[in-house]
Amino acid sequence: MTVLKRIILLGLVIGVILPMIPLFVWAFSGSWFYPSLLPQSLSLRSWSYVFHPGSRILEALFNSFFIAASVTILSLIVGVPAGKAIGMYRFKGKTIVEIILLSPALIPSMTVTMGMQVLFIRYGLSETLMGVILVHLIPTIPYMTVSMSAVFSHFDISFEEQARSLGAKSLSTFRHVTLPAVFPGMVVGAMFSFLISWGQYVLTLMVGGGRIVTLPLLLYSFAVSGDNSLVGALSLVFIIPSLVILVLSSRFLTGESSGMGGFGGV
Amino acid sequence: MIDLRLKGVSKSYGKNTVVKSLDMKIASGELIALLGPSGCGKTTILKIIAGLQQPDEGTVFFGSQVMNSVPAEKREAVMVFQNYLLFPFMTVEENIAFGLKMRRTDKAVIKERVNEILALIRMEGMGRRKPSELSGGQKQRVALARALVLRPQLLLLDEPLSNLDAHLRDEMRELILRVHREFQVTTVFVTHDQEEAVLLADRIALIFEGNLHQFAPVRDFYERPQSERVASFFGNSNFLKGFCSGQAVETELGAFKTPLTGENESGRTVSLMIRPEHIIPGKGEDNSFLCPIRSKIYMGSFIRYRIEVGEGLWDVIDGPEARKGYEEGESAWFTFPPHMIWLV
Ligand SMILES: Nc1ncnc2c1ncn2[C@@H]1O[C@H](COP(=O)(O)OP(=O)(O)OP(=O)(O)O)[C@@H](O)[C@H]1O
Ligand SMILES: [Mg+2]
Repeated sequence: MTVLKRIILLGLVIGVILPMIPLFVWAFSGSWFYPSLLPQSLSLRSWSYVFHPGSRILEALFNSFFIAASVTILSLIVGVPAGKAIGMYRFKGKTIVEIILLSPALIPSMTVTMGMQVLFIRYGLSETLMGVILVHLIPTIPYMTVSMSAVFSHFDISFEEQARSLGAKSLSTFRHVTLPAVFPGMVVGAMFSFLISWGQYVLTLMVGGGRIVTLPLLLYSFAVSGDNSLVGALSLVFIIPSLVILVLSSRFLTGESSGMGGFGGV
Repeated sequence: MIDLRLKGVSKSYGKNTVVKSLDMKIASGELIALLGPSGCGKTTILKIIAGLQQPDEGTVFFGSQVMNSVPAEKREAVMVFQNYLLFPFMTVEENIAFGLKMRRTDKAVIKERVNEILALIRMEGMGRRKPSELSGGQKQRVALARALVLRPQLLLLDEPLSNLDAHLRDEMRELILRVHREFQVTTVFVTHDQEEAVLLADRIALIFEGNLHQFAPVRDFYERPQSERVASFFGNSNFLKGFCSGQAVETELGAFKTPLTGENESGRTVSLMIRPEHIIPGKGEDNSFLCPIRSKIYMGSFIRYRIEVGEGLWDVIDGPEARKGYEEGESAWFTFPPHMIWLV
């Protein structure tokens, strides 16, 4: 293990693992009164609540997951071709397209959502899963487009020309030649889009109007009510995708995976 | 095999016109070199033939068929790029099999053809390697094999020898010739090296700034170049301005006899050209002039004189055993045989 890797690992431990320790302790605490450093008793009360069907937590978990997954897929569908066009080709009006695609990332999404909310209500999208998914796309599509255009700008377009000259149609060319080259970048982009959606609070609240319950919404309301044990348990659940993605993306970014598809020893 | 024809083909990038109204006809089975300095539009022409670039104007014919609207993947023309472009995620075998796979060729046939071609490029047993585990020469050969395995009608090679050292270059040149002989495939290859073009091609198309300057058999570029510029691109030559007068060209040095001009051309201004190795030291029957020798250099396999011809300096190449004992500083006779003179 190189020195650099040691330093990175240390940073990860200090920045990511240490702050989670109190959450852990809270999540399994029974009674815990001031001024003792550790809980007087341990309990699984919070966990049984988390997995209790009546608690809406499972529903929120499902919603969060469904919304984030849908948002990721839709962002990929828009962001990959858009990123390819911007990163690889020169065309008339490219700057305008870029600005339009990126503007949602520049304008605070709350402002946009306020305006969109009027339309959403008219078209019955307000307080629906669909509406929440759509509004989550505001930050994720620009994100995906920018990161994909960076990925594609490193891809030599001649590879596609070579493939076509060898007889590959455009779809096969993309599948066999371009995709393998941009796949790691695409996975990282997708994972972060997932996280952006997964952590969304304000946008969900505004469009979902409290009817669409996601983990951040529940977490916030428990935090306000002061049930630290429950907040700890919920936070741990909430943090799982982030940790998984952190590990996966570090593998992709450091190139430790064998090119494509190798999730290795995770 | 097919013959290939370009008619009035032009291509611009923005304001920069890269190919200018190009007309070319290449017969079936020919081996043609597109020769020209860097940036003159060679790759662009190749891409237009391959269907990877659309010409702004003009028509591309394969045989009698207009190809302009036929996409690259449907053309029986395969291009091999300047920088190999082996797909890094695939093994050598997979790279070579790529085109066949796209054509949905039977698996057993693919295997057989891949092995056959690996033997041809003398890389048996390396099929499982990744491109990153190959040397430059091996990559170049795999890139060629990847095209050859498709048995295309038309093979387009972009600088197939440029990234190789001298030894590999010879080997690769042999391979291209062998392949061309064996498959009789119409081949167009790009190079900026005139020696390479001379060694490989049946005919050379010389291109400067997107214009075709001469398209002719190799010998013509030495003996019958169409301009001073073409002549200079192919080795050393001497020029002298003059005007036609009967069966001779009047210059500041005197009248040079030549069979290339007649009465009806009298008065036309021309550039008289002769190669250094065609000038004979000594006095002959025709076209002998007394010229001051500025320098005489022994070059090992030959002797080079530099002589004053009118205002300019000409090179004269003589064999290692000087035919005459000419010395630096004296004025001596040189003969410029009429049939060795060319007018541009
Ligand atoms: N996609 C493009 N967009 C804009 N200009 C281009 C493009 N491709 C080529 N050019 C320009 O067109 C001219 C001809 O390029 P081309 O690649 O055909 O030259 P070449 O003869 O193959 O040169 P080399 O020997 O260096 O490979 C160059 O001036 C180049 O800058
Ligand atoms: Mg080129």
